[in-house]
Amino acid sequence: METILSGDYPRSRLLTALLGLLLAVLAAAPFLFDGAQAINTAAKICVFVVLVASYDLLLGYTGIVSFAHTMFYGLGGYGVGLALYSWGPSWGAVAGGLALALAAGVLLALGIGLFSLRVRAIFFAMITLAVASAFAVLAAQLSDVTGGEDGRSFRVPELLRPGFRLVAEPVLGTTINGRVVTYYIVFASALLLFLAALRVVNSPFGRVLQAIRENEFRAEALGYRTVCYRTAANCLAAGMAVLAGALNALWLRYTGPETTLSFTIMLDILLMVVIGGMGTLYGAAIGASLLILAQSYLQKLMAVAAQATEGLPLLPQLLHPDRWLLWLGVLFVTSVYFFPSGIVGRLRAASR
Amino acid sequence: MSHPVLETRELTIRFGGHAAVDGVSAAFHAGTLTAIVGPNGAGKTTYFNLMSGQLAATAGRVLLDGVDVTGLGPAARARRGMGRAFQLTNLFPNLSVLENVRLAVQARAGGGGDLLSLWSRRRDWIEIAERVLESVNLANARHTPAAALSHGDKRKLDVAIMMALEPHVLMFDEPTAGMSVDEVPVILDLIHALKAEGTRTILLVEHKMDVVRSLADRIVVLHNGRLVADGEPAEVIASPIVQEAYLGMPARTTVQDLASPALERAHG
Repeated sequence: METILSGDYPRSRLLTALLGLLLAVLAAAPFLFDGAQAINTAAKICVFVVLVASYDLLLGYTGIVSFAHTMFYGLGGYGVGLALYSWGPSWGAVAGGLALALAAGVLLALGIGLFSLRVRAIFFAMITLAVASAFAVLAAQLSDVTGGEDGRSFRVPELLRPGFRLVAEPVLGTTINGRVVTYYIVFASALLLFLAALRVVNSPFGRVLQAIRENEFRAEALGYRTVCYRTAANCLAAGMAVLAGALNALWLRYTGPETTLSFTIMLDILLMVVIGGMGTLYGAAIGASLLILAQSYLQKLMAVAAQATEGLPLLPQLLHPDRWLLWLGVLFVTSVYFFPSGIVGRLRAASR
Repeated sequence: MSHPVLETRELTIRFGGHAAVDGVSAAFHAGTLTAIVGPNGAGKTTYFNLMSGQLAATAGRVLLDGVDVTGLGPAARARRGMGRAFQLTNLFPNLSVLENVRLAVQARAGGGGDLLSLWSRRRDWIEIAERVLESVNLANARHTPAAALSHGDKRKLDVAIMMALEPHVLMFDEPTAGMSVDEVPVILDLIHALKAEGTRTILLVEHKMDVVRSLADRIVVLHNGRLVADGEPAEVIASPIVQEAYLGMPARTTVQDLASPALERAHG
């Protein structure tokens, strides 16, 4: 257990229970839920746990504010998606697209890092914002290659198609088709990547990242070349985001600016890190799950509430499903106000 | 005479038109403890920052073990054996006391590039860090976040971090400033012990003249960024130029008038 979790335990009973529940539900999702929305939500949670964990590596552990994370996420999505679109639905295309995207992502992160991690944090944040915006514009403009604003739908290898049957007979009432196979590829990859990130933050390297977050000047005086560490963290987080983007593209069988590059996603990632708890990867898992669940089910919940309060003044209008963004906003503000150290920080403090 | 371990040649830094350190040449030898004294604003800490690489010199050179390190940053100089304790306490505030020191042990071992093993499995690093903490009487606070320590304990931790690097050049910048009276001996004993090893080159910026007298083999006096005296403690303290420069008053006033009680006792 120590090896799997890298000695980094949840350190709170409630948190352990929550994480256990999350893991169990995600592991059994295709057998627990029927509808497409539930399984889509489960897959999205898997992808975002990886994406948010990789961002926490930067923001929570190293103290680097970057706005380019969706660019790397998009690189992964476009890499795999365009490779499948133009080279045909083969595993070779998946591997080739992924390799190209990974190489491009890491090189880009290296470039941005070496070019701008020497300067003050605010300049680095601005530069990432500029590069990410340029990339988004490029993806939208090069419509011959990327499909522009519409994006690209593509066919995936046969094993992953809905028509494919892994076993002829349903297992526990669920047909094991290509979608289920895809889901488990996404789930297993996400779990592995999360555990890998947990290892990195608890390695001697990860400890240096925290030292840099705490006091870069002193870390440098100890003999750590902080620019190198920050650049390495930037590349690592970028690589992980590329992989998350690739998983997302395989699941959606589509890649486009709205699902990968939009600034809304960047904001979501930021909120997930902050709400879950900066500087703990479990916080990334909790924050991502909570936010995605809220985004997917808040409207339904509100429809029920609006019906229940019918006849009362004002309440039905306030609870109308169209106001869901308002309530999501209220949720954010209250959670940041009451849990400044995030949900995980709050739970750990309570169990002390 | 042996080659100096640390040497500065015409070392200068200007901020705008003002030369904070102005053409200071001095050499420091292994096994010696040199006190650097001077009034506030004399450039003592700036001189330290130039030697340990936190500031880049405008002119002049810094040589460490005979190698020109003027162009190197603080990390590279630290890896070459230069340890620095800071005047304004400089810690990792939200990390535990033990982790503060362990990070230095890890830096010394060159272990920061390892992404795949667990930090907690390197028992040897943790044990070294605990031994260093014991030497400054901080072992009981090992799990406390550094930010929660008392001022004196923070100073001790700052020194412990430097010690954990096992540097052969140690630079203390007013290590006892702001410490309570009963905490001071711990640090002084530590510096004494380091000096007694006879192999290290120790530099000390210090205001308390009794501390300087009890520890230093030699005193370097800075005034307005210039080196104005350099020599045996007794003769430097007695020289008129030092009385004026260091105490900022006419030379007829004696050192004893302003020195601490211990110094007065020493002079009877």
